[in-house]
Amino acid sequence: MNKAEFLNELRTKLNGLPQNDIEERVSFYTEMIDDRVEDGMSEEEAIEQIGPVDKVVETIVSEIPLSKIVKAKVKPQKKMPVWAIVLLVLGFPVWFPILISLVSVIFSVYLTLWIIVITLYAVDLSLAVASIASIASAFVAFIGGEPLVGLASIGSFMVCGALSVLMFFGCGYVVKGVVFVTRKMLLGIKSWFIGKEN
Amino acid sequence: MDIQLKRGLLDVCVLAAIKNEDSYGYQIIKDMKPYLDLSESTLYTILKRLEAGQMLTVRMVEHQGRLRKYYHITQLGIERIDEFKEDWKDIEAIYRFITWEDGSNE
Repeated sequence: MNKAEFLNELRTKLNGLPQNDIEERVSFYTEMIDDRVEDGMSEEEAIEQIGPVDKVVETIVSEIPLSKIVKAKVKPQKKMPVWAIVLLVLGFPVWFPILISLVSVIFSVYLTLWIIVITLYAVDLSLAVASIASIASAFVAFIGGEPLVGLASIGSFMVCGALSVLMFFGCGYVVKGVVFVTRKMLLGIKSWFIGKEN
Repeated sequence: MDIQLKRGLLDVCVLAAIKNEDSYGYQIIKDMKPYLDLSESTLYTILKRLEAGQMLTVRMVEHQGRLRKYYHITQLGIERIDEFKEDWKDIEAIYRFITWEDGSNE
């Protein structure tokens, strides 16, 4: 890939960002390639060092806040033809509910993920409480002269305690996973807006 | 190295790279290469952040028939480096505490 191809692809894939942001990025990468070429590299080598366009775009997109992307997209670059406006207004009863339900679906999927996390922690907490209660009941049973019940309670204390400790670490991994999914989801939503030909 | 720790260091590294004389993107990357691998997109973000924080200023210079951006450190930027050096003394003290705790300090 040469310089012109790289910059062209970059520009296309950033389409949807505010225009001045695109220009600034493109001129930044132009300078980076030119300086490497001046340093004795070929254009291809320079581009190989900078890395694949998709990787570059992904970094850029993940850094730009979603609100900025949406704002740039919502603001029409060209004046809309009258028929488009009429269609948009007449179609409102159709597209608005669809939009709302789409947003709701995404939101509920996301909410579900966190509810799973909360549930897991709740189970973990109840295990911890159960293990404390077991040790208390074991104590009472031993004093009350019922060693078998006491023994069983100690067993329940150990099982519940061990499970709650194990689950606590498990929950940590689940939270990490949810955070990872969140980041991917955000990137995915952003990518809807970016890189589409107008 | 831990990502969070590295991120905090990067700002100061870039400031240090332009401290003695004004520099440009590729030169900064080259200067930092022996110490850390900095990608262009990371550098771009850092430069933007430092510019927004008024720790550096940007100027366009014509170079061989094209434009090149030069970055110049401001007083605030110099202060940021000094601040980092002060912080580092605390970190060193903590490091001594940690190594002493696990007995690896001979």
